[in-house]
Amino acid sequence: MKVLTGNRLTDGEAVWYSRDGRWLETLAGAEVAEDKPAEERLEAIGKAAFANNIVLDVEMIDVDLIDGEIVPLRLRERIRAAGPTIRRDLGKQSRTGAGH
Amino acid sequence: MYRYDEFDHEFVKARVAEFSDQVNRRLAGEITEDQFRPLRLMNGVYLQLHAYMLRIAIPYGTLNPRQLRMLAHIARKYDKGYGHFTTRQNLQFHWPALSDIPAILAELASVEMHAIQTSGNCIRNVTADHFAGAAADEIADPRPYAEILRQWSSIHPEFSYLPRKFKIAVTGAERDRAAIQTHDIGLHLKKNERGELGFAVYVGGGQGRTPMVARKIRDFLPQEDLLSYVTAIMRVYNLYGRRDNKYKARIKILVHETGTEEFSRQVEAEWAELRDTELRLPEADIEAIEAYFAPPALAARPEGDEAVRLARLDSKSFGDWVDQNVFTHRHPDYAAVTISLKGIGETPGDCSDSQMEAIADIAEKYAFSEIRVSHEQNLILPHVARADLKSVYDALVEIGLATPNSNLITDIIACPGLDYCALANARSIPVAQDISKRFASLERQRDIGELKIKISGCINACGHHHVGHIGILGVEKKGAELYQVTLGGSGDEHTSIGDIIGRGFGPDEITDAVEKIVDTYLDLRLDRDEKFLDAYRRVGPAPFKEALYGAESKAA
Repeated sequence: MKVLTGNRLTDGEAVWYSRDGRWLETLAGAEVAEDKPAEERLEAIGKAAFANNIVLDVEMIDVDLIDGEIVPLRLRERIRAAGPTIRRDLGKQSRTGAGH
Repeated sequence: MYRYDEFDHEFVKARVAEFSDQVNRRLAGEITEDQFRPLRLMNGVYLQLHAYMLRIAIPYGTLNPRQLRMLAHIARKYDKGYGHFTTRQNLQFHWPALSDIPAILAELASVEMHAIQTSGNCIRNVTADHFAGAAADEIADPRPYAEILRQWSSIHPEFSYLPRKFKIAVTGAERDRAAIQTHDIGLHLKKNERGELGFAVYVGGGQGRTPMVARKIRDFLPQEDLLSYVTAIMRVYNLYGRRDNKYKARIKILVHETGTEEFSRQVEAEWAELRDTELRLPEADIEAIEAYFAPPALAARPEGDEAVRLARLDSKSFGDWVDQNVFTHRHPDYAAVTISLKGIGETPGDCSDSQMEAIADIAEKYAFSEIRVSHEQNLILPHVARADLKSVYDALVEIGLATPNSNLITDIIACPGLDYCALANARSIPVAQDISKRFASLERQRDIGELKIKISGCINACGHHHVGHIGILGVEKKGAELYQVTLGGSGDEHTSIGDIIGRGFGPDEITDAVEKIVDTYLDLRLDRDEKFLDAYRRVGPAPFKEALYGAESKAA
């Protein structure tokens, strides 16, 4: 399973592509591609968003669904989704209802 | 310190205007990321995991209070209230919005600072001994030469598109505190038998995935030949350095593949053409730059020794701090002070906006308005009267920056690692914090003595792990963090690359492993005077392998 992610052009904020076609600041609402055609569709959306200067460092990342929650496989992506592990007051984890 | 002249002001102002225009065009979608990326990198703007990152140049690590206050202001207004001092004596902000960067650069320009050439394949910020101009063992102040190199290398048309980045370090003392032998060019300022100033020139040092100790290609280069000789080195590199493979593009690979003797011959041949050109430095020009670095007028303050003696009687913690963080100054009434940015369990190199402002105040009141950044991620007050040490200490206690651990096991270098960095494979900061907490006892730290731990979160080695007495490299293995340990590295005048000691350790094992290494050292050292590095060089890796891996190490 994969989700589409990137960093927003204006401020570098990590964002994920959502089921309703928006780039969200939280991973929770990301669209999860569960098969090859879905992955290809998201990849194409990512390429277009990069070309349209909306996001950069666009990537498809591996995730698991654990109790309905999207959890990236790599620590790198878990840190991107939450914020620095050494400063819980920074990043998405510091915002109400965000992070893990 | 150096002050911008009219040309410098205009140059930086023009660059701010140029880059602001590029940022605006990028935000408007008029230029693509592929077009913009090299432009933003040349202006110190990276993209990290959570946000952009802005790396600001602090030439040879020298700051004045006005500049430090501006960094505090930027941290507060545009970032998240702190900055991170780096192993290249620079400062990084980890959270700026791209849209704010033009305003940040304009604010920086108002205090004679910028972010030019803090990234990209060009000559980077020239670094120097953080005790320059103050150290008792110094032959001459290296900063005027670092400044000459800075001026020469800034947007140098021939050297702005090198095969790879290029780092130069200068020291003016026999004791190398600038790690010159791990730089692309290392310059050791010294005097010859006639008392003339010049440089021993080292080339081809570096860390990263292929660590190498620099080779000395000249024992004495007269100071007036500095630019012609460095230009000759750059030309040979620019011509023959590899551009086909990023990982083989640094000058260290060229020197290694060419051979030191042949490389040196090529440089000398190039230099023969350049030596008597306009690159020869006129004495008057050197003196003009030196004047900017004239030492402050240090009035006699002979009451210092008695003041320190009395204050010690009153406060053991002050005495501990004096013993550890106060360094001998060339003037007997003065001292250089290390402000440790390595509080127990804190993030190495981080400094809050209010701490920066307080340090600026202290520097103004007690330290002739001079502040330095060390490559070991601490701040330095290079000139403090011994009579004022207690006042400085008290002011540092107020802001939580009086940890007496300079050069001890908790004075750890760590790169930002996977908590921030897009290149990292593993976290560095939590490892540093855990080790720091484990060895929190000052008594224990002092019993262990000088021990430099350096931690990198990837093979690029920003955390200098190759030259750590104990080096720790974080890697990703099967989706998890794993930490490889090297022993016996050193970044001083006897530079050595650490030996990989064996298989790596998980995040929950690495602090125990470090403790085993330390306990092994304590058991085998000849006496308290035999430092960790000396003991390791005497006995080699075997006892440490045995302690870490037991029977397994013998089978290997």
